[in-house]
Amino acid sequence: MTVADALLLALGAVAVGSGFLVVTSVHLVRAGLYLVISLGAIAGLYLVLGAELVAWVQVLVYVGAVVVLLLFAVMLTRAPIGASKDLDRPATPALLIGGGVGLGLAVLLVDAFRWTIYPQAETGTAERMGEQIFGAWVLPFEVLSILLLAALVGAIVLSRPDLGARRPAPVTADVSSEASVPETAEG
Amino acid sequence: MHAVIPYVTAALLFGLGVYGVLRRRNAILVLMAVELMLNGVNLIFVTADATIRSALVGVQVEAWAYPNGEPHAGAVFALFVIVLAAAEVGVGLAIVLQYYRLRQAVVVDEVALHHEPHPADEQVAS
Repeated sequence: MTVADALLLALGAVAVGSGFLVVTSVHLVRAGLYLVISLGAIAGLYLVLGAELVAWVQVLVYVGAVVVLLLFAVMLTRAPIGASKDLDRPATPALLIGGGVGLGLAVLLVDAFRWTIYPQAETGTAERMGEQIFGAWVLPFEVLSILLLAALVGAIVLSRPDLGARRPAPVTADVSSEASVPETAEG
Repeated sequence: MHAVIPYVTAALLFGLGVYGVLRRRNAILVLMAVELMLNGVNLIFVTADATIRSALVGVQVEAWAYPNGEPHAGAVFALFVIVLAAAEVGVGLAIVLQYYRLRQAVVVDEVALHHEPHPADEQVAS
């Protein structure tokens, strides 16, 4: 049991514990804040495992952007701020399937890896990761940028109902669907 | 270090995510549970990159046994999954907000999968 093991155990316990609170909390906003703690602990796990760049990207993108987006949606949908009773379905099937998946995978991984000590790999600094991304993985990287662009355009089209909407009576249509397509590309 | 600790953490996080997706009725809480599942998978990627690869140094290089010629492939994939999760949350929240604008509700199991006439449909026909 080294320092790295103790850190992995502590951060893993924090991640799993606050993840449990995310899926059981009756407060919507508190669930989002517990998600911050869980994702931060996972970023700490990445740091202990030697993946520096992934840890900082996790903090930037997940804690910085995704959780803020989720809390933003909580506010926009006028969710109840206090405790609310009707957030959950009956627990039994979810408990069976979720617990089965989690414990089954855990037993499988414990059986596969036992208590073996593995040597620490070299640290994944930004320089090494950048060489890999722009060397070996440059084609998936570019495909991913196209996917991000498609998600951006899709989110804009979804959130503006006047884009691409088929009017039942096209007599008074002030914005036709053909004219609105270049607007989408601009946005 | 013992690789089994982060692996078990990742498995438990994935199980918690599955539980949350099945248990929660609010669409935003379902998205949060999906994030937990994605993080479990990411943790497995990074752990495998940090531990298994260094254990396979002496393995004879064959087409099926050689994991990947490139170092840090697992961490690169974890980065890709983070980007995919960001795109997923963007589009998912756009759908949730649009649904809220039409029906004033974000309850997942009351979403009608078949088309039913609704007053809001007459303003915006899909």
